[in-house]
Amino acid sequence: MPSNVSAPASGERRHRRSLAGHIERVLPRLVVAPSLGVALFFVYGYMLWTFLLSLTNSRMLPQYDFVGFAQYARLFANERWHVAATNLVVFGGLFIVSCLVIGLLLAIFLDQRIRQEGALRTIYLYPMALSLIVTGVVWRWLLNPGLGIQAMVRGWGFEDFTFNWLVDSDMAIYTLVIAAVWQASGFVMALFLAGLRSIDDSLFQAAALDGASLPRIYTRIVLPSLRPVVFSSVMILAHIAIKSFDLVMALTGGGPGYATDLPATFMYAHTFTRGQIGLGSASAIMMLCGVLAILVPYLYSELRGQRHG
Amino acid sequence: MKTIHALAAGALLAAAVGQANAAEIEVLHWWTSGGEAKAANLLKEKLEAKGHTWKDFAVAGGAGDSAMTVLKSRAISGNPPAVAQIKGPLIKEWGDMGFLGNIDKAAEADGWDDFLPQEIVAADKVDGHYAAVPVNIHRINWIWANPEVLEDSGVDHVPQTWDEFFDAADKIREAGYIPLAHGGQPWQDATVFEVVMMGIGGGDFYRKAFVDLDPEALTSDTMIKSLKTFKKLRGTMDENIAGRDWNIATSMVINGKAAMQIMGDWAKGEFTAAGMTPGEDYECVAPPMTESMFSYNTDSLAMFDVDDEGKQQAQLDLASIVLSKDFQVQFNQAKGSIPVRLDVSLDDFDACAKASREAFDVAMDEGGLVPSLAHGMAVSDSQQGAVFDVITNFFNDPDMKAETASERLVSAVRAAE
Repeated sequence: MPSNVSAPASGERRHRRSLAGHIERVLPRLVVAPSLGVALFFVYGYMLWTFLLSLTNSRMLPQYDFVGFAQYARLFANERWHVAATNLVVFGGLFIVSCLVIGLLLAIFLDQRIRQEGALRTIYLYPMALSLIVTGVVWRWLLNPGLGIQAMVRGWGFEDFTFNWLVDSDMAIYTLVIAAVWQASGFVMALFLAGLRSIDDSLFQAAALDGASLPRIYTRIVLPSLRPVVFSSVMILAHIAIKSFDLVMALTGGGPGYATDLPATFMYAHTFTRGQIGLGSASAIMMLCGVLAILVPYLYSELRGQRHG
Repeated sequence: MKTIHALAAGALLAAAVGQANAAEIEVLHWWTSGGEAKAANLLKEKLEAKGHTWKDFAVAGGAGDSAMTVLKSRAISGNPPAVAQIKGPLIKEWGDMGFLGNIDKAAEADGWDDFLPQEIVAADKVDGHYAAVPVNIHRINWIWANPEVLEDSGVDHVPQTWDEFFDAADKIREAGYIPLAHGGQPWQDATVFEVVMMGIGGGDFYRKAFVDLDPEALTSDTMIKSLKTFKKLRGTMDENIAGRDWNIATSMVINGKAAMQIMGDWAKGEFTAAGMTPGEDYECVAPPMTESMFSYNTDSLAMFDVDDEGKQQAQLDLASIVLSKDFQVQFNQAKGSIPVRLDVSLDDFDACAKASREAFDVAMDEGGLVPSLAHGMAVSDSQQGAVFDVITNFFNDPDMKAETASERLVSAVRAAE
């Protein structure tokens, strides 16, 4: 730019045009800069700070006596962390797969040009409008053996019916899956429905003319073309699963015992209520590493695929 | 025009004079439920009568967990409130980090050392100086019982040994009631466990195990026996304890669904709110084998280091109001606890508070006065959390052996150091 401006003036107009061009080039960067700066500072800056804290023996307040990776060693020796990490794998895996399967099936059924589709779609989509706290409280009541489903079925005369997962430390983690799937599968359905609608009808007709059966049309034509939808759904569901904190707090409070602890609740408890900021930061960094380990390869393969095809 | 100037100058002067010894102080506390809020409001009125301004900073929830989180963030940002409700060993931690001030002046002027129990105020001192003022004493080891349910089940008194307790529990169960009301939250599990353990082990054992966290005590036979008794209590509760709040459990006793609850004396507030009279409509009795013991939980107001002289004065005034006799009576009647001043007469208090004071005196003489671990009076936050984890996991896992739990206690406590 300096060469342009200081070049021998060959006329006012040319100068002005170059100025306009200059502004045109710089303006978008100027507009983006503040939000970029904010993101850099508040997201990446704090990630870095958390990482630094995880290398210290900070207790109640941050302090900077560096102890290397001692907090990570303590974290992996911690029984409760193992429970939390295992729970995330169980909960996250089941949650994502169930939501995708249920969402896809609902979308395919709704896509059969049925009557009252709008009303049905709204009904399935509505749970997503609720806060996870509300979902948690409602399901806590439903799953409470003395109040909810078990009490109701027993009231119908099936005295031996038991459905006490909420109070069973081995099964409680699945109650989180039930509530979370109930909440999110309608949303996944909406995404898939949009994807299905974008598939050209002529594809169906052509396939049908070629004698393909309906299941074959879905598995060979429809599903592959829904790949970008699956991609977005997995992204959204994965981040819901990893940040699940409110649902655990409302539904089980991490209990019975700490049977339904997730890394997010572990991190919160240790950092903020137990005065172990160092250990809590180490667990936060491990969560980040877990997310990166899953998302980076997935992003890479998906985005590369897009560039090629 | 001149008069207006003079008036304005006069007003300014008056304001300046007023500011020299009166100030606004911000008070962080978690006295937010019915009786507690009333008690906090009383303190506010008395402080404002002295010309200071009380800036209320109430943070509800989680037995102070949320309040502590807020306090930490305020302290990190360099803007802590002047006064904050802090408990037990945490006061010393804040003091060691250099956040707390010194209120020895108020202590000397009012002669605190003459009427405060030394075991309890030790937690309010940092390096021998008062940094906090104790407000009250709660007793943790209580059984709250519904006499009608007991009678209906053919149990003529609240059990005094654990064998008796389990026999009574069978009878109560047969009569169609829940023997022990409980809420399955870690702190409630720990409350019941510490009460069981102090009964079986006694004061010295309790201090070794839960104050010093001595590995030998934590793996001793006494500890194993306590853990086994604790686990057996699971069978005397109903199935739906998961996540239940303590006051819901109390209401089960009030409504006659359950016979008893083990809980600190704040439970009294629920009975009072239901219009019940102690000794008639409900009973407060020491849990098995803890009659001469007193597990205490004390609220304290810690004074943060402030530069402003007016604020310092307000802190001193607040401290001396807190320990004034009439405030001690009014506050503790509203909160269900007993006065921390030993020279306050309990004539106007209910039967349970009087019994609490008697137990306190006996426990002090016989070495049965112990700080409650479940309520943050005995060990640091991180160690308390580690103990909670093991206790609550043991209680909820039908397959875990008492021996395994006691070993885990040792390793968890060591890891949290």
